[in-house]
Amino acid sequence: MTHDEPVLQVRDLVKHFPLTQGVVFKRRIGEIKAVDGVSFDLNRGETLGIVGESGCGKSTLAKLMMALERPTAGQILFEGTDITQLKGKTLKAMRRKVQMVMQDPYTSLNPRMTVGDIVGEPFQIHPEVAPKGSRKQKVRELLDVVGLDPDHINRYPHQFSGGQRQRIGIARGLALRPDVIVCDEPVSALDVSIQAQVINLLEGLQDEFNLSYIFIAHDLSIVRHIADRVAVMYLGKLVEVGSDAEIYESPTHPYTQALLSAVPVPDPEGRESRERITLQGDPPSPANPPSGCSFRTRCWKAQDVCASEVPELEPRAAAPHPSRCHFAEVHDVVHAS
Amino acid sequence: MSDPQIAAMSRHEDEDRSAHPEMTGQVRSLWSDAWHDLLRKPSFLIPLVIVGLFVLIAIFPGLFTNADPEYAELSKSMQGPSAEAWFGYDLQGRDVFARTIYGARPSIIVGTLAVLLATLFGGLIGIIAGYAGGWIDSLLSRFTEIFLGLPYVLGAIIILSALANTRSGIGSFGIMMIVTLVMALLGWPLVTRIARSAMLAVKHSDYVQAARGLGASPVRIVFKHLLPNALAPIIVIATISVGTFISAEAVLSFLGIGLRPPVISWGVAIADHQNLMRQAAHPVLFPAAALTVVVIAFVMIGDAVREALDPKLR
Repeated sequence: MTHDEPVLQVRDLVKHFPLTQGVVFKRRIGEIKAVDGVSFDLNRGETLGIVGESGCGKSTLAKLMMALERPTAGQILFEGTDITQLKGKTLKAMRRKVQMVMQDPYTSLNPRMTVGDIVGEPFQIHPEVAPKGSRKQKVRELLDVVGLDPDHINRYPHQFSGGQRQRIGIARGLALRPDVIVCDEPVSALDVSIQAQVINLLEGLQDEFNLSYIFIAHDLSIVRHIADRVAVMYLGKLVEVGSDAEIYESPTHPYTQALLSAVPVPDPEGRESRERITLQGDPPSPANPPSGCSFRTRCWKAQDVCASEVPELEPRAAAPHPSRCHFAEVHDVVHAS
Repeated sequence: MSDPQIAAMSRHEDEDRSAHPEMTGQVRSLWSDAWHDLLRKPSFLIPLVIVGLFVLIAIFPGLFTNADPEYAELSKSMQGPSAEAWFGYDLQGRDVFARTIYGARPSIIVGTLAVLLATLFGGLIGIIAGYAGGWIDSLLSRFTEIFLGLPYVLGAIIILSALANTRSGIGSFGIMMIVTLVMALLGWPLVTRIARSAMLAVKHSDYVQAARGLGASPVRIVFKHLLPNALAPIIVIATISVGTFISAEAVLSFLGIGLRPPVISWGVAIADHQNLMRQAAHPVLFPAAALTVVVIAFVMIGDAVREALDPKLR
């Protein structure tokens, strides 16, 4: 964290997708609450990890931050400007500052474009970034920066491995020199050995260009490795936010504790001492979330108050960092460190 | 975050670039890549030569034969192949070789023109339906399904036999145009389906999202991302369809509702002599062979184009 003023501020972000029925006459029968009141700050040069299980709204959150979807309510302030209200030229200018690395390197590159075209496309869209004559050179530099051979500029994506393709995607994201890169599960489609390479590349680039990352993942150990702060998401809501040490060593929300207890511990000693919390049942449908605390249906601490009162994301006496639980309490489940 | 920073990180910038001259060339487009690829493939070049030959025959039939396809000498009726007439004579004593040569023009014109019309119209409707989605898609899809519900041959029989009376006095060109239009009318829904599904698949792909995230304009997304990926299947189905439409023309002519005399076509020749197959097969065999060769050539070209346009198969 080099500066203290947040580069990105998310305020009460809500995205509901309508559920419709009928082919010709569509009736609205409900809504999926994909993102339901999410707020956080992202500082310059910082990595914010967002973890949660499948279907908790992580990818929708990423799309909202890329202004690929319009939120139902709430604000996303980039350097003080609400990007959810931008249109036309101002929106295009904002896109130079916030870029994305997508999850699946096999579908995120146009199969009929060469690598040179893919990485050079940002310059064609924003011609003011690079004069025409210098573009090819810049593309070669970008390929080199992400560790690819610049001479492969005329190759097609299918001629590369998954890890190399992800590097192409990162080069495309870097081309416009953004301040913020939203990484939506950037390594979950890669082999474990390649994951480390890509993660290290992302870390190196962050130092080099003072980037801020929103790092969305479901792999807790990778998030711990790269993130400065971690936000845990459940059913469209953040349930706990804290520094990586706070989240991993003194988790306060039962859901975080359950998640952490499922992480494999690469140490036989530690493995003996850690607790295993097994959650019962599946996450509730985001179309019909439970009343009160959304986690109460799977929580072993649930009391009557959990069904009637929605807990706020705030610090409590027994929990020094913000946690969305009436009974938040520090409880180290891993005992690894 | 400045340019020199990236330049400084760029390490093996100038390392032996001359060692890979083919890799340092201009960035080539998909289409020029595909074209270069095709020119190296015998499975494309051989059918291309065949199709080229038949197109030449269709344009200048006089270059290939001196005989008059309409000149009939009944004394030579059904004579077999000889040095004088390579393919023999038909029932009316006309030169089968000359009639096969002159039959290329209607067959190829009807086939290609029908495919062109069907692809342009069907492809456009499919692309619009797939891109627009919503009620426009519903409307266009239902409209397409009406035509898709008509069985091809049955539909052609109904329309062409209904028109049979009106087209007695319109000459060869008129007959050809009517058959072309009917075939295009019944053929376009297939192209629409392929174009729409190709467009739908591409529209929701991650790379289109990525391009939107970069700030690409809708025009750019359509022409750089959607069309190149959606057009390839349309071009392939069109190339293959030329062959099937030429044979469909022969089927309709065989049934007596497609082309008919005075038009000279392969289908007409086959239809005229089918009853005499057991006495002498040559008036049927030679036009049928020409038809088969052209159809196979077009299908092979379609196959080669499909491979060239799909970088994954390269």
